[in-house]
Amino acid sequence: MATSPNSFRIGPDERGHFGLFGGRYVAETLMPLILELEKAYNEAKADEQFTGELTYLLTHYAGRPSPLYFAERLTRHLGGAKVYFKRDELNHTGSHKINNVLGQVLLAKRMGKTRVIAETGAGQHGVATATACALFDIPCVVFMGAVDVDRQAPNVVRMKMLGAEVRPVTAGSATLKDAMNEALRDWVATCETTFYCIGTVAGPHPYPAMVRDFQCVIGNEVRSQMMEAEGRLPDTLVACIGGGSNAMGLFHPFLDDAGVRIVGVEAGGKGVETGEHAASLTGGRPGVLHGNRTYLLQDGEGQITEAHSISAGLDYPGIGPEHSWLKELGRVEYVSATDEEALEAFQLLCRLEGIIPALEPAHALAHVTKLAPTLPRDNLLVMNLCGRGDKDVFAVAERLGI
Amino acid sequence: MSRITQRFARLAADKRAGLVAYISAGDPDPATSYQILKGLPDAGADLIELGMPFTDPMADGPSIQLAGQRALKAGITVDATFDMVRRFRREASDRDTPILLMGYYNLVYQRGAARFCSQAADAGVDGFILVDLPPEEADELKPHALAHGLDTVLLTAPTTDDKRLPAVLKYSSGFVYFVSVLGITGTKSASEDAVAAHVARIRRHTALPVGVGFGIKTPEQAAAVARHADAAVVGSAIVDRVKAGLDADGKVRPALVPGVLDYVRSLAKGVRSVRKA
Repeated sequence: MATSPNSFRIGPDERGHFGLFGGRYVAETLMPLILELEKAYNEAKADEQFTGELTYLLTHYAGRPSPLYFAERLTRHLGGAKVYFKRDELNHTGSHKINNVLGQVLLAKRMGKTRVIAETGAGQHGVATATACALFDIPCVVFMGAVDVDRQAPNVVRMKMLGAEVRPVTAGSATLKDAMNEALRDWVATCETTFYCIGTVAGPHPYPAMVRDFQCVIGNEVRSQMMEAEGRLPDTLVACIGGGSNAMGLFHPFLDDAGVRIVGVEAGGKGVETGEHAASLTGGRPGVLHGNRTYLLQDGEGQITEAHSISAGLDYPGIGPEHSWLKELGRVEYVSATDEEALEAFQLLCRLEGIIPALEPAHALAHVTKLAPTLPRDNLLVMNLCGRGDKDVFAVAERLGI
Repeated sequence: MSRITQRFARLAADKRAGLVAYISAGDPDPATSYQILKGLPDAGADLIELGMPFTDPMADGPSIQLAGQRALKAGITVDATFDMVRRFRREASDRDTPILLMGYYNLVYQRGAARFCSQAADAGVDGFILVDLPPEEADELKPHALAHGLDTVLLTAPTTDDKRLPAVLKYSSGFVYFVSVLGITGTKSASEDAVAAHVARIRRHTALPVGVGFGIKTPEQAAAVARHADAAVVGSAIVDRVKAGLDADGKVRPALVPGVLDYVRSLAKGVRSVRKA
């Protein structure tokens, strides 16, 4: 167990390490480009013109701030904590992904890159990237596992309508991990002109820190919105985790508020005990993949094993390195919810609140339905409702026989 | 002096460049893979890169991806790879042919760098080429490799400029591997002029031998690289010959091993056709 730092918000160090985790485990061809990206990002975030343009876009294009909504019927139904939703599913493109993508595509433009590539699982990051690339008139290629192309068909159509090329990836398990491999392979061949827009808080430094910074708008808004609504900070935060970008965006601004309990919910698939899941922190151990050291699902040799989740966005055998660090420090609790639990929560939210959630935050909600009843009525719980379920309705209908 | 350093010294004395032949350990199955490995010195390979198959080979093109999948399906493990090397050191015609393990860092990390280096050295391995361990992270491995007399061959790329090269060279021993194209293995090929210019640039920074790889598919291309570098590295084109030796059901045809070794022989002939000053 690592010793606790003075602040949980100081990472990473100058080499991109969060304690044991993170780093830059990439091919030499990419190393100089990653160093250039780090320099460009550090300059951009100190430049008021860049931050001003990003804030303008987040406000007038993406529709921020997203509401903090008190879910009164759900709260009554659960009979415990006062449940609020951070409504990031109301953003343009339907999820939190746009927060990060606008930042990265602005940076790509600033760096003079002429092409953008991205990997996507559920297609939300792909749609967001295709959207920003349409807005900035930059050619866009999205790598997506062939399995995900099938189960998230509406998002494939959206990306194509926005002018992006969608390349289905058939290698390996044909899901998010394989899409990331293929994006990295493209990037190593095109890195001089191409910007790789990573969708989560993973990959080589500076991506985990950069994506986190762009997503922190979520938690920063919750701080001021909750002060306005209740006159104090929340008591409990809950978010789902695949790579972990929506969760990090909500959690990070609260990490140093010792009174705030923070819970991340991984995808338990058919149950962690079955081995068919995507819960890297619960069922994995530290390893090196996709440019960083983090908790991974792997066999004894270090071969990466396939993740399983009904949610394409959580179907990844790794997790952002900062989450691995926060787990070891014990600052954040990490739990899991199964496919079945997520499906039940999905239906519950449709009927009680008139909100069709994406399957990803349905996992967070599944845990909220267990946690909230155990908490006192004055406990202020915020769950990040990070995506809407339009993309999932056909897959869920098939599963439920509707 | 390491076996790798000795080998390059002998190549220099013979006034020629070397051929580095890559195969994936266990491809298409451990027994056949060993027959190929054992035959490589007689076919003219001066050094051998033995790939450690990994589920997620991010820097490799389709040829080596498929080779790794065949090997993993056939049950290759790190221990079995060490055993192949151990047996090679007893049975090969030229037992001093250096063998480098090539692959991705996670397999080393899971075993622990110290234990991995100790076991590799014990099996008769001479060094490592780890694709995803740039100088920024090489401190994890280098002290253990040094302690066991193993060379660490780091990659340089067209994007590695003069300012960065010393950082790469600081961790390199045995030779320097120049990745001649921007891209993954087995796809694009570099022009001879580009190879010449980059090799000359690298030589201004180091006295280490320079090996050049990625995209070499023919004896002529191997000869072109040999005119400028100390070694030509061929991988994807060799493992494509393994695939060509399988029938429609993936079964090994009798001509597989001779076919692969004949091809290596043709590459060696190309490399050896160039006389160095």
